[in-house]
Order: sequence, then C-alpha cells, then structure tokens
Amino acid sequence: MKLIFYPGCSMLGPARPYMESLTAIEPLLEMELQEVEDWNCCGATEYMAVHRLPAYALVARNLAIAQKQSNGSRTVMAACSACYLNLAKTDKYMADSIEMNVSVNDALAAGGLSYDPGSLRIRHLLDVLYTDIGLEKIRARVTRPLNGLKIAPYYGCMIVRPDPHHRWPNPENPTALEEILEALGAEAVEYPMKTRCCSGHMTLINPDTAYELIRELVHSATISQADLLATLCPMCQLNLDAYQVEMNKHFGSAYHMPVLYITQLIGLAFGLAPEQLGIGKEFIPSAPALAKIGVEIPPEAATPRRGRKKDEGLPMPQMPTRKGGPR
Amino acid sequence: MERMMLQLVMREEMSGAQSFLDYVETITPGYSRLDMCIQCGTCGGSCPSGGDMDHTPRHLFALIRADMKDEVLASNTPWYCISCYLCMSRCPQEVHITDLMYTLKSIAIEEGHVSENTAANLSETFLSYVESYGRSFELGLATRFYLRHHPKESMGMAGMGFGMLTRGRMVITPEKIKRIGQLRSILNRAKELEAAL
Repeated sequence: MKLIFYPGCSMLGPARPYMESLTAIEPLLEMELQEVEDWNCCGATEYMAVHRLPAYALVARNLAIAQKQSNGSRTVMAACSACYLNLAKTDKYMADSIEMNVSVNDALAAGGLSYDPGSLRIRHLLDVLYTDIGLEKIRARVTRPLNGLKIAPYYGCMIVRPDPHHRWPNPENPTALEEILEALGAEAVEYPMKTRCCSGHMTLINPDTAYELIRELVHSATISQADLLATLCPMCQLNLDAYQVEMNKHFGSAYHMPVLYITQLIGLAFGLAPEQLGIGKEFIPSAPALAKIGVEIPPEAATPRRGRKKDEGLPMPQMPTRKGGPR
Repeated sequence: MERMMLQLVMREEMSGAQSFLDYVETITPGYSRLDMCIQCGTCGGSCPSGGDMDHTPRHLFALIRADMKDEVLASNTPWYCISCYLCMSRCPQEVHITDLMYTLKSIAIEEGHVSENTAANLSETFLSYVESYGRSFELGLATRFYLRHHPKESMGMAGMGFGMLTRGRMVITPEKIKRIGQLRSILNRAKELEAAL
C-alpha cells in the first residue's frame, strides 16, 4: 500500500521513537511511505495565532508538493495529530470557500505551485491502520500477543476533532484504538478521559494549568489500573511522559504511567525487539509494564535514571498499590 | 477575492462603519459562523482551561456582537485556548470557535495588546523559527521561551532538556528546508493578501 507521508518536525526530534517504530513496522504492514519532498512545518497551533491566511498557505505548500508527487498514491498520511489536522483543515477550507481557494493559490503561485483542494485524501495513521490495513491483517501478523497487558487508549484531540472530512462517526467515544489494541492481544481498559486534551503548548504558556490537565489524564489511567497509556501523537506523548515527571514534582505525587506510541506496541506484538522500536527512550520507563509480557529492555536501550527523590507519601487519594517491578 | 472585497464594501455601505463582528468574520479563514452563535454556553462548559479564562467563549462572542472591541482584545480568553476543539465539535451551531480564537489572538498581536503576553510570545518565537528554517526547532523554542518567561523554573527544566538529549529526542541544530526561498515568497504573498482584507 503506497502512501505519501508527511512526518512533521516532532518526528525528527522529541517523537523520534514514533518515527523509528513506524519505520520498523512499515514493511510488516506492507506500507510504502514516500515522504513529501522538502516538506515544511505545518505551523502547529502557533503560526495561525500570528498570521491567518499565511498559516494556510504554509500548509498548502506541502499539499501542492504532495499533489505533484507520483508514487501512485492519493493519500497523504500524517502520524502527528496536529500535522494531520492542519493538512486536513487546509484542504477542507479551500474546498469549501472559493475565496480561500483563490487566495491560497494566489500565494502558492508566488512559489510556482498550485493545489487543487479535494484531490488528496488526508488521513491520520490511526485511520489508515484501522480502515485501510484493517484489524484482520494486523491480527494475522501478531507473533507475541500482548496478553495480560492493560492499556489505556488515548486519542487526544485532533484526530477525532473537529474531523473536517467526517472520518469518525463518534468523536466523543471513538473505539478504533481499543479494537487495534485488542487485535494485538492487549486489554483496552475503560478510559473516560480518552479524548481529553493533553494541554498542548500550555506546558510552556502556563504550566500550572497544564499540570492539572496532565494529572487528570494520568490519574484516570491509574485508577483504570492501566499498565501503560497508548498514544497517537507526539505532543500527547511529550506532555504525558516528559511532563509527567514535572507534574509529579509540582503536586508532590508519584504517578508512574508509561506512555508508548501505538506503533511501538504494534512492533512488540509483531515480535520486534524493543530497541528497534525506540522503547527505552521514554522518561517514565515502560520496562516494569513490559516485563508482564516477558519483554526485557537491554540496558543499552534503557537510559539510566538520573538521581531521583525517593517516593514518599502519596497525597493523591485512591492511588492503587503499584504493581510489581523495579522503579 | 474581488467578490469578497465587493461583499465587504456592500456591507459597509449598508451599515455605515464596519462592525467588529463583521471584521472578525471577514478575516477568519473559511467560514467562522460567528453570527450563528445562540449563546447556549456549551463552549464554556466544555473548555478544559475555561476556569482560567476572563470570559467564556460564549461571553466573549456576546462582547464581539456588542462591538466591545477593547474588552475583547484585552481578554486573556483566546490565549488560554489550547486548540483542543472540544467546544467546536460540540457547538450545536457549528461555530468555528477555535479558528475565531486564532483570529482574536492575531488581532491582539497586530494591535499591540500583548507586550507581556507569554502565549503571544510563544507564537511569535515559533513563527520566527518556521520563517527562518521552514521547520520548528524545539530546543531553541523551549530554551528561549523558558529563559524569558519562566527564569526561576528554567534550571529545573534543564533536567528535562538533558533527558531529551540523552534519549536522542532533541535536535541540537535546526534543520533548514532546501527551498526556503520558495516558502518565503509564498508567505510574503499571503501576507500581502491578508493585509488587503
């Protein structure tokens, strides 16, 4: 299955494990990803706060280049939720509004480009996994079922909302991720916070607001007795993983909820080694959870923990006793 | 483009000066549907950072309709919007609330309401990297941002930065796209078109 792939900036930096694991499972799922040539940043959630029309022109340059690429695919896939939404919104707004189409193409023409809205199908990785590849094909590839692993399915915001091309019938309660996790042999726990926000860039703007949102997400997964959270977005992973450490400092709490990408979990279930999947690069180590399915992370892949305060009392009520495994 | 200009001129001729509502709707990319708001309050009730906002989105939209531009631009509300789109997906009138928040942020920046606003500075810093390199650059962004706005906490955050580096999750030098000139030409033309709206 040939796809045009828009990586986005995070996949080269903080989300490198996402990129590594996607690359590792790509041949096993018979995907052929061709990168958008010389792609530029999608603007995240920031560029459009300064310039409105140029924000859409910024995204449209990628669409215009993708349209010219000819690997036989009309589908542009992004694994980052914000990248996906910015691409999808630009396509949809240009298709819906003649003024937008004319203005954005006027700007593109200054760079010798043009884009015909509606000519590409813009999809998130989750959509491609669930709709195009399908549960049967995924299940058939499983050689190391994730039996006994309890996983909280976390969608975040921008895959299911605002859903410009109506890909998801129920934006408040999607189930595609749970179905994929169960196809891998894992148990998807009830996770009421599954489409709540990870706080996005609020971690930089007003950390206190962000820590509260992160605490709610991690707390909900903890009381659902999840061993780990499955995520589909670089921003979500960064906020829930790296900022979980900061959140614990802020509240004096001791949550320990590892956050892995869906591609890492698929890779494990397909029998790949953790080090092929970028596992061990998370701030909240997943090793104790993965020990439940007999996966050991070799010491060179696991980054040594730097000096950390010992866990003391747990001020948060209803914290279940932590399951076995080294800290 | 001409059609849009014509609509704008016609609206102004009919009502005298252009209202703030009209202005916000006109400059918002796509269809904002702001005039469809029925003041139900679903937006404020859904917002994860609503508790920190000066006005709920519903309240802010009422202020826009009342032409209370200064109050709107001084409100912290758009800056607490974290683009989660929960309000927008629940809005019974399909008002493009998140897009309107972007528009209000951009007007506040253009009209100089944001000198000490950390969120506006984040957006502008982000934009400067995108326009220089064609890519965002989280090490530069986070470092510049933390030192300026959270200097006391920046030592604590250095631990996270170090953790990102040792885990191979941080790019040290920003990557520049090949055809940055092409990108800049596109953005400059788009800025001209935006200014003409």
